[in-house]
Amino acid sequence: MSNPLTAAILFSAPLAVALAFWLLALRDRRLAGDPASPGFFRRNGPVVGAFLLAATAFWILFMIVWPMLYMVDYSFHRKLPPSRRGGPDDVYTLENYWYFVYGSTRVFTNYNWVHINAFWQTIAVSVVITVANFAICYPLAYYMAQVAKPGRLRVLLLLLIVPYWVNEILRAFAFMVLFGTGGTINRLLLAMGAISAPIDFIGQNVALYSGLTYAYLLLMVFPLYNAIESLDHNQIEAARDLGAPWWHIHLHVVMPFAKPGIASGCTLVFMLSAGALAAPLVLGGPKTLWFTPIVYDRFYQAFNWQQGSAYAIILLLTCVAFVMAVMRLFKVSLSEITR
Amino acid sequence: MSADVELDRVTIRFGSFTAVKDASLKIAGGEFFSLLGPSGCGKTTLLRTISGFLDPSEGSVRIGGDDMRGIEPNRRPTALIFQNLALFPLMTVADNIGYGLRVRGVPRAQRMARAAELLSLVALPDQGHKRVSELSGGQKQRVAIARALAVEPKVLLLDEPLSALDLKLRQHMRNELRAIQKRVGITFIYITHDQGEALTMSDRIAVMNHGVVEQVGTGREIYAEPRTPFVAAFVGENNGIEGTVSQVAGARAAIDTPLGRLVGRRGEGAVAGAPGTIFVRPESLRVAADGAPAALEAEIASTAFEGSTTHVFLRAANGQKLTMTVDMRDAASLPAPGATLRLSCDEADAIVLGTGGAAA
Repeated sequence: MSNPLTAAILFSAPLAVALAFWLLALRDRRLAGDPASPGFFRRNGPVVGAFLLAATAFWILFMIVWPMLYMVDYSFHRKLPPSRRGGPDDVYTLENYWYFVYGSTRVFTNYNWVHINAFWQTIAVSVVITVANFAICYPLAYYMAQVAKPGRLRVLLLLLIVPYWVNEILRAFAFMVLFGTGGTINRLLLAMGAISAPIDFIGQNVALYSGLTYAYLLLMVFPLYNAIESLDHNQIEAARDLGAPWWHIHLHVVMPFAKPGIASGCTLVFMLSAGALAAPLVLGGPKTLWFTPIVYDRFYQAFNWQQGSAYAIILLLTCVAFVMAVMRLFKVSLSEITR
Repeated sequence: MSADVELDRVTIRFGSFTAVKDASLKIAGGEFFSLLGPSGCGKTTLLRTISGFLDPSEGSVRIGGDDMRGIEPNRRPTALIFQNLALFPLMTVADNIGYGLRVRGVPRAQRMARAAELLSLVALPDQGHKRVSELSGGQKQRVAIARALAVEPKVLLLDEPLSALDLKLRQHMRNELRAIQKRVGITFIYITHDQGEALTMSDRIAVMNHGVVEQVGTGREIYAEPRTPFVAAFVGENNGIEGTVSQVAGARAAIDTPLGRLVGRRGEGAVAGAPGTIFVRPESLRVAADGAPAALEAEIASTAFEGSTTHVFLRAANGQKLTMTVDMRDAASLPAPGATLRLSCDEADAIVLGTGGAAA
């Protein structure tokens, strides 16, 4: 930030965006040519209009775009002591990415299996968690949207939402109490005589997967509920009347209709599970390797922000690419998801 | 191909509310049968019971002689056309029509062929590739019919399918529906609150009110020989004048009304001394010739020109409102509003019905 050029760019960028928006608004108004439809500034007044534009631009640039760009930039740099930053050694390099693949910045003979495995495991388990979440939430959302009476629906919504008033970390610890070797579930099973020795739910990752599944339940239920709720109940009855068994109705009438909701729910759950940090830290067993704690360690244990940035970007891009690919596969467009 | 439908003392209750009370109907195979009644009379409930979405609280539904109790809607030989049609918006027209066959595991090529056949039956050839949203209201109507016919039901149930269409199209679709029914020869059970629809299309009509089937008969029968005051007032326009039945002799009944003693045919429940109503159709009322005896006197309140006929709205001395329909020629000789007319009616064209038990 000491660099005067960087500072100038930083502070002028929002202004430039605000100006661009204003020009766009002007152009819009000229193109519309309709005095009855006032432009953005006429509608909101110059002061409020300018504030809205500037605030939005500030938000997007400073909170989202700028830190991201900074991370991207970071990821292509070497970790250097402050005295050598900006010096002849501070060049753009792919070292941090090579480190992810080979576990070294110079020797490319061995693969960095620990990190690569953790990475793919994170992606694969996130997929499983997403599917499990969908399997749990679809019947629930269908019941809420098409079957439940208003009173029952209110109770259900309350039951779904209230647990989320509890802080995420507290919830993770609660799962530990449930799944620990001396936890509620083990004691219950022992008392019932179903098992003779406690099961290591945490070491087997059962606790982690359940915790992650539970953590994002709402993010799946609500998009599904919204999508299914707008389906005309007569269509379900029409399908039934035409002879369809229940599974056929869900597969060919309800799900195609709810596809945008399914896609947005799955995207949210997948992205957030893959990027979850608290649950893996608390609920992960000693052998569990989730990718986000590794990224975290790059930043705060190794104090290598450059490498951490590279890892974070690898995760982000892979997740985005994966989601896009799946959406393409199921023929869902981005605009449908946000509908 | 067609099956008869028999309702045996069907009662349907929702909690403490009785939607249909003790309804018994015998609908013959291949018949075009209408359930006519105002909204909330229980006709849709009855239809949903026949299609299997509701179970009767008491009584039974038999289709083709088989008791339908416990048989799910997807296993009944019926197909239902919903009021809002409920076409699948994400499927093409042909896929909509072929849905029922797809459920039955019919291969795609065969489904498409059948869809094309049905589309030409409903006069929509070569529209199979279109999306449902690209069709007009009347076309959607035809697709819904084709979709229901595709599963070769023995009974087609129609829940006011024409109510969303505009008047011209509705009249056209009435003829169309009747023609389709003739062609496929299956039983149609048609629900409507529009008596015009029921009268023009149906072989027979059941008039329902407050969950009770008040009368079953051909359109002509229920129009000319209503058995209850509700049927008399609901089917077609009618003037009802309440009073007390004073005398019953053979096929005639006299009734004392605030407008004087009137005589008509003796209808259901007309017993001397009991409360009753005499019904006279607007087209049966006419202006009495000079010197001839008049049954009624009333003042012209207003007139409404309807093309071939003119409605004359009248007010009797006690405030009772009456309507008379006159044809174009007679309309010209009508006096201006405010004048008093002497009216008469053939005794054979009026009917006296008891308002004691039947209406309650």
